[in-house]
This record gives sequence, structure tokens and C-alpha cells, in this order.
Amino acid sequence: MTEATHELPLPAARPPAASAGPLGWLRANLFNSPLNTILTLAAVYLFVVTIPPIIRWAFVNAIWSADSGRACRGDGACWAFIAEKLRFILFGRYPYQEHWRPLFVVVTFVALILASCDRRLWGRRLALLWMGGLAAVGVLMWGGILGLTYVETELWNGLPLTLILAIVGMALAFPLAILLALGRRSQLPAIRAICVAYIELVRGVPLITVLFMASVMLPLFLPTGVTIDKLLRAQVAFILFSAAYLAEVIRGGLQAIPKGQHEAADALGLSYWQRTRLIVLPQALAMVIPPLVNTFIGTFKDTSLVIIIGLFDLLGTTNAALTDANWRGFYLEAYVFTAAIYFCFCFFMSRYSQMLEREFNKGRGR
Amino acid sequence: MATEPASATLRPTRPPFWRNPAARGIIYQVLFVAVVVAVGIFLVHNTLVNLHRQNIATGFGFLDREAGFGIGESLVPYSPADTYGRAFFVGLLNTLYVAALGIVLATVLGTLIGIARLSSNWLVSKLSQAYVETFRNIPLLLQLFFWWAMLRESAPAPRQAWQPMGGVFISNRGVNFPVPQADPTYHWMLLALIVGVLGAIAVRGWAQRRQALTGAPFPAVWAGAALVVGLPLVVFLAAGAPLSLDWPELKGFNFSGGHSVSPEFVALLIGLTVYTAAFIAEIVRAGILAVSWGQNEAAQALGLRPVQTMRLIVLPQALRVIIPPMTSQYLNLTKNSSLAVAIGYPDLVSIANTTLNQTGQAVEGIAMIMVVYLVISLTISLLMNFYNRAVALVER
Repeated sequence: MTEATHELPLPAARPPAASAGPLGWLRANLFNSPLNTILTLAAVYLFVVTIPPIIRWAFVNAIWSADSGRACRGDGACWAFIAEKLRFILFGRYPYQEHWRPLFVVVTFVALILASCDRRLWGRRLALLWMGGLAAVGVLMWGGILGLTYVETELWNGLPLTLILAIVGMALAFPLAILLALGRRSQLPAIRAICVAYIELVRGVPLITVLFMASVMLPLFLPTGVTIDKLLRAQVAFILFSAAYLAEVIRGGLQAIPKGQHEAADALGLSYWQRTRLIVLPQALAMVIPPLVNTFIGTFKDTSLVIIIGLFDLLGTTNAALTDANWRGFYLEAYVFTAAIYFCFCFFMSRYSQMLEREFNKGRGR
Repeated sequence: MATEPASATLRPTRPPFWRNPAARGIIYQVLFVAVVVAVGIFLVHNTLVNLHRQNIATGFGFLDREAGFGIGESLVPYSPADTYGRAFFVGLLNTLYVAALGIVLATVLGTLIGIARLSSNWLVSKLSQAYVETFRNIPLLLQLFFWWAMLRESAPAPRQAWQPMGGVFISNRGVNFPVPQADPTYHWMLLALIVGVLGAIAVRGWAQRRQALTGAPFPAVWAGAALVVGLPLVVFLAAGAPLSLDWPELKGFNFSGGHSVSPEFVALLIGLTVYTAAFIAEIVRAGILAVSWGQNEAAQALGLRPVQTMRLIVLPQALRVIIPPMTSQYLNLTKNSSLAVAIGYPDLVSIANTTLNQTGQAVEGIAMIMVVYLVISLTISLLMNFYNRAVALVER
């Protein structure tokens, strides 16, 4: 465009080595002050002291296959114990020949959870998918039809039990929680008082007492001669317990809906239920999805408490595997393995909820 | 049409009562209460019938009967000949003890980790993030089993006990450590400590008033610390420093002397602390991040040093965000201490469980646990609400 310049533009100089590249990164992030230098050195020392022994224990000296616990004693981890007990830890006393059924159940649940993460599927289709999935889970676990042998709920152990308690509990607690939250926001004092009393009572006591109540007191509550299954009792306890916590989360969403939305719905002549169903709830629920996921993580972790009332969930089968006289004392290996399973589920869900939160806040974060 | 009197057609008619919102509200409430009461009566009736059939007397009379079971650890004297009522009391004290210690330790650990998470040091920040993610995503009960197994099964016998510090022994019988032997001076030191705390509060009030009037600052923090630490120290030295420690010693197969805590207690305390600290760390981090960076810059522009900025500007504002979620974490920790029943620490739930297995008084036992936890929950939230009001923003 213009005439050729007399001076050639200088090529951009590289920044000094001390402020760019890996060295610069180290200076800026690890050694930017005397205190930070000390902290960095302390952290490095911690790594040097702890990491090599852990690696030696978990990999180098580990024993991967052995016939019995005695052949497995050494300086390292005995992963042979996990290999030996894997199917018991995952599926418990479910008939050995039928283990493919609980395996399919776990796969179904994982697939449903993954499908629920896709926001394009949210809506009626996802609800239908879940209903189909849960029906399939019921058929697979119980059996008795389609040529599958019947398996009583006593034998539903391990990971499928954990997933069933958490997911079915949450799914059935959800409608109850919506009613409780609406009741707590109701204009009618008697309904409000009862809902507040229920929510605060349940949130004020530990889950164990609710489980005890379900296992010890529920049989007393029922008419003479009526008995219900232990698993169902625990499930009812979970539903009643998580409903109170969910109700508080949903109430948070209800409170965040501006009054104008209610008034506009009234002005359109919508009834209370039309207004709630079409205007208020869709907005309120969308707002509280991240805390809902967090509540779900809490429920998922809480399912481990059922071992106190004698059900064998994933943690229960782990403890049971540890009582085998041939394989005594591999506590560390067993708990590390089970913790890893729980961690995978919870970590994935918490990451997902953080991602959702960021996405929902995109419009607000300016 | 026109022949009819206008008043007959145009007079406003009262709508039927079921179209009146107020009347409908009353009807709904009456129906709802009636259903709730009916369900309640149904359940109570069934319970009474069932209890009668099983020959179980209702009421709290069983509390005066002899318990007949031993309790591993107790803060007050207890023997199997004592009543169920006393056993409950022992359990309650154990619950409060472990919860109070856990709250203090979890707050300290969690605050440190939360601050470390915000450190400009990349390694430190990632390490604390790893801590939070690990312990938050593993069920507490699994962690309790883990710590308990480590102490009970993997720790050495008393003869080969680990000795991390002189006089402290960790073995599969628990942790033994030296304690000072009782001395009358300690009572006076406690008194001196109380006087010191009151004095520190008074000095702070005086310094604030003086600064408001004259603008002259006074190092109230240092003066207060000197009072709180110094007064008991003076009493201690004046009495000739009577410090004789009671050391644990290996006698036979176990330790005697010193103070010993059971593996169950240690496992429960570690588990509760480590788990809750992960949540507290996130709360502290969020609270500090909620104070906008402009506040920091303004404080620096006023010439405040970093410590002053933290203490006078950032912390008071962060506390407002931190306290409500912190309250619910304290409540969670207290409620989670009931998991003690799974590893055999004799807390309230575990003793109530033994009681209701022995006596069959399920309804009363569970009702007592529920009432106790409700009272604890309400007390903690009341105290935290007071504190919250004290630090809340004073608006017009």
C-alpha cells in the first residue's frame, strides 16, 4: 500500500528465558516468594517420602495372583485377593450362574446416567428411557418371567443394590420433595406447618435413626400379619429421608422465581396447579439442577449405611469378603478397591455438576 | 327481555362457596389435617396392638432398670449394674465429646486446606484440591472402616507399638500418651485462664472505644494474647512449675499409666475430621473468593499490611458467606458421629441400639435418639445464628 519502508521491522524478540517457558512457569507458580519456595520444597519432600513406597506397595512388590491368602503375604499389595473376590464384592450372594444379570443392571444404570448427562435428551424422551431402563432392571433382578429364574431380594447384593437404593430412592423421593417444597411455600398455614415439621424433623436426625426406624419400627406400624421385605423397608427409609433434603433444594429454586411470574400467570387466569406446572416449576427446577446432582451424590454415598441394618451393599460385600478365613487381613487392598468404585461414580457426577453450574452461570458472570 | 326488572339480572350473585378461595383453603386444610391425623391414628393403633401382642410394656419405666452391659469407654463412672438411664447419659456424653473435638479439628484442618487451595503456589493448591476431591467422594462409613482396620488390624501389638514421639504409643489397643498428673495448681491456672479471657475481651472493648474517639490504635490482639497465655503461665511458675507427667508404660500385654484412647475413638475422630474438613475447605475457599478483589486493592491502597488486610477487611466479609454453610457442616458432623455404631464406639445410637435389642423398647429408644439429636441440632443452629447475627452486615 504505502511505499517500501526504509527500515525493516524488527523481528519480535523472544522473552527472556526466566519469564517464559517452563522456567518462567516454575518461577511464577512455585518460587515467587520465600514462603512459596519453602512450601514447594516441603511439598516435593512429601512426594519423595510418600510416592515411592506407595508405588512399591501397589505395583512393584504387589502380588497379582495367588491361590490362598498365605501365599500372598509380602511387602506389597495382594491384588490376588481382589481378583479372587471380585465377583463377590460386586454382586455378593446373587446366584453365581446368573451374575450376568446384575452386570447388565449395572451397565444399564451407567448408560442411563450417561444418557442423562446429554442435555439434548432432557425432557419426555429421557423420562421414557428411564422408565424403560428401570423396568428392565426390575425384570433382570427379580426374574421369574421370560425364562429367568426368580431371585429373592435377600440375594441382591453389592454394586447393583447400591445403585438401586440410590437411584430408585432419588427418583421416588423427587415427586414427594416437590410436594413438600410447595407445601412449605403454601399460603395455607396448616399445610405449611405440617410440611415444615416433617422437613425439619427428618433433617434434624441422622440417617441411621431413620433406617433403624424402618427396620425396627415399620413392622410395628403395620397391621398384624402384614410384613414387608427388608430391602423395601430400607428403600422407603431412603425415599422419606432424601425427600426432606431434596425439598429444601427445590424450595431454594421456588424462592428464586420472581413474584412477577406468579402474578403474570394469575393474570392469564391459570389455576394454582396450572401455574405451578407450566410456569413456576420448569424455571425453579432448571435453576437447582447442580445442587440436585450434589444431593444425589450425598444419597449415593449414604447408601453405604444400609449395612448397619444388615443389607449387603457394595461396602457390605467388601466387609463380608474380608471375613473369609483363607484370605484374612487384606483390609487395605479391599477398601482401596471399593473406595475407587465409589470415587469414580461420585467424582464423575460432581465434575458434571460443576460443569453444569458454569454453563448455567454463563449469562450471569459479567 | 326489557320487561324484566334490571335488578333481577344485574344484581351481583354471591358465587358458590367452593369458588371462594378462602373457603376452599379452609376445606383443603381440614382435609389434609384429617388425612394426616387418620394415618397417625392408624399407625399408633397398629403399634399398640403389636406391642400388646408381643407383651412389651410401653413407657419409659425401663430407664430405671439395671442395664447389665458394659461400656468400653466412658467420661463418667459407669458399671453394668447402673441403670439404662445412666447408660444413655454415658452415650450422650461420648457423642458430644467426639462431636465437639471433631468440630474443632475439622474447622482447623478445613480452614488450612481451604486457604492452601487458594495459594499462589501451584503444587500446594493442587495438593489441597486432591485432598478435597479424594475425601469428599468416598463414603464416610468406608473411611471409618478403613481407619478402624488400620488401627485395629494393621497396627502392631503393644510390644512393638509405633512411637512417633517420645511417650506416644500407637498400637492395636489404641493410642497412649502422657498426661500431666493432677495438681491443685491446675485449678488456679484454669481460673487464671478465665480471668485472662475476660481481661482480653475488656481490653478489646476499651481499645475499640479509644480508637473510635481518638483514632489512636492499640495492639489489642497482642495484649489479649498476652493476658490469655500469660496469666496461667504466671500462676504456673509462681507455684513452682509443678509438672510431673504420667507416662504410659508397657506392663505385660498392654500399657498402663498415661492416657489411652481406644482405636474406635481414634478411627471415628480421624474419619469425621478428615471427611468434614474436605467440605469445610470448599466453604472457606468459596467464602474468601466471594470477597471481591477490589477490597484487597483498596486495603493495600490504604497502606494496610497483608495480615491486616486479611484480618480487618477480607475475613469479616468472608465470614458472612462462610457461617451459614459451616453451621450445616457442624450439624452434619454431629449427625455423622452416629456412624460410631458401625465400628463399635459406644455413642448414643450404639447404646440405644443395645438397649432396644435387650428390652424391645424400640419406639422409646428411637424416640429418645431423635429427641436428643433434634435438641443438639437446634442448639448448634441457635448458637451459630447468634454468631451470624454478630458478624452480619449492619444495614440501615
